[in-house]
Amino acid sequence: MTAISDRRQMAYVAAQAADARVNVELEAEGMTLNIGPQHPATHGTLRIVARLDGEQVIEAEPIMGYMHRGYEKLTEVRTYPQVTTLVNRIDWLGSFCNEVPFILAAEQLMEIEAPPRAQHIRTILFELGRIAHVSLFLGDLGVQLGAVTPVFYAFRDREHVLNQIEAATGGRFHPNFDRIGGVKDDLPAGWIAETRQVLQKLREFCDLIDGLLFGNEIFEARTRGIGVIPADVGLSYGLSGANIRASGVDWDLRRDAPNGLVYDKVDWKVWTHPDGDAYARSWVRLQEVRESCDIVEQLLDTMPPGPIMAKVPRIIKVPEGEAYVATENPLGEMGYYIVSKGGLEPFRVKIRSASFNNMSITPWLLQGAYVPDVITILASLYFILGDIDR
Amino acid sequence: MGLVESGKLPKSLTTLLNTSRKYSLWVYQWGLACCAIEMGAAFGSPRYDVMRLGVIPLPASPRQADFVCVSGTVTDKMAPAIRRLYEQMPEPKYVISMGSCANCGGPYWDSYSVTKGIDQIIPVDVYVPGCPPRPEALLEGIVLLQEIIQHEDMQEKWNKDPLELGA
Repeated sequence: MTAISDRRQMAYVAAQAADARVNVELEAEGMTLNIGPQHPATHGTLRIVARLDGEQVIEAEPIMGYMHRGYEKLTEVRTYPQVTTLVNRIDWLGSFCNEVPFILAAEQLMEIEAPPRAQHIRTILFELGRIAHVSLFLGDLGVQLGAVTPVFYAFRDREHVLNQIEAATGGRFHPNFDRIGGVKDDLPAGWIAETRQVLQKLREFCDLIDGLLFGNEIFEARTRGIGVIPADVGLSYGLSGANIRASGVDWDLRRDAPNGLVYDKVDWKVWTHPDGDAYARSWVRLQEVRESCDIVEQLLDTMPPGPIMAKVPRIIKVPEGEAYVATENPLGEMGYYIVSKGGLEPFRVKIRSASFNNMSITPWLLQGAYVPDVITILASLYFILGDIDR
Repeated sequence: MGLVESGKLPKSLTTLLNTSRKYSLWVYQWGLACCAIEMGAAFGSPRYDVMRLGVIPLPASPRQADFVCVSGTVTDKMAPAIRRLYEQMPEPKYVISMGSCANCGGPYWDSYSVTKGIDQIIPVDVYVPGCPPRPEALLEGIVLLQEIIQHEDMQEKWNKDPLELGA
């Protein structure tokens, strides 16, 4: 495999040659297609400049930074509890999942361990966040391919999960519920029974989507064999999450490094798919929603009694040191590298978010793709712009 | 139109025109960040169903839109694009600023790359507070905008000089 710069150089030469050829044959120039920065199919504010030869993409360049909010600098002027509020909004669909690795890293520095009940509540909310996150993907995928119906079902059934998150945390979208040493509140009365009903609804939603999308001939025709990522290429670009599992790599941080979440007490399975195309990526995500429902169900059965907060000083000062904790977020590996100098605020926080790496493969992947497949490939890679730009 | 420009529009006709205008609003969705998902929930989900208010959420381009809903964090890199597409919209046009970030910068009030409020670039008619606002809050914002349109004197609106923006 050539280096990226070499490949881009080759692509540029190829573009020039193609332009010359088209100019001679058709007396026309190659076309540059600009997608974004505001486009319904880019999940936010991604801009892609694609050079076309007819209907084929010769070279595609993603331009980011339209959603750069300066997170890493802002965390340096916020106290640790305030940072939780801020990092909620990195990957805005799976808000609670963003808090957990930061809190775990801070806990590791302070040498605090959350009580078992708090760990259970954390894991349950983590998985509920994943369900709400990925169920919207499953609906949105249809829209990108021209089927509008699935998104209505997705929004309808996602609301049930959001209701449960809101009942437990008070926040429908950005919970800000995780604390150093535990969680803010205990679960409200009757929550467990209600959540069981909601999980049943979500399983029905998965069956519905399975029939509507994955059993649909047109959907298969538009996703099978589109945007194939071989496992070694995916790994070299640092892909994580369902994108790499769809290429047949059996790697899931929930199983391989549970880091203070209680996945080891649950009987569950990591789904993979050998194909590595857009269909495989979507299929793996569908199975993961089902698996998450099972995980939450089992955790609800084995909820331990006890306190929800460890003993934590009123004013949180994190001792000097460095820690990196990563968890398997809905989009992939998300980690925080915290450097503390013993103050109220972190000295430096490096955020490793999944989407940035997942998106970095697009120039390689879009080369040679047809224009209608560009949207399919972008949709199946599934990134959130806030997670890319931070 | 001649009647409007001459300033002799009867009051009953103004009411009729305003009522028709306020119930056929085409909204250009400028979804940027977290708020875009809540906007999507308000516009695209069966639970909130914005079309019952007479709002049609899917125009093909800003040139067909009556108002723009800017939802989410506006960065300095994005701001020129917003201004440009706003200028492409035909008059009369309205702006709803959704969420704390679009209103004033929100949680990024001290960030080096975030525009502290879109009212620095385009004039805003309705501010919807919240981080992010619930879909119900956005629907209320739309109802408030409809009230503004209902009580608008079109002679005043259309006879005045072209808008001077960002001066």
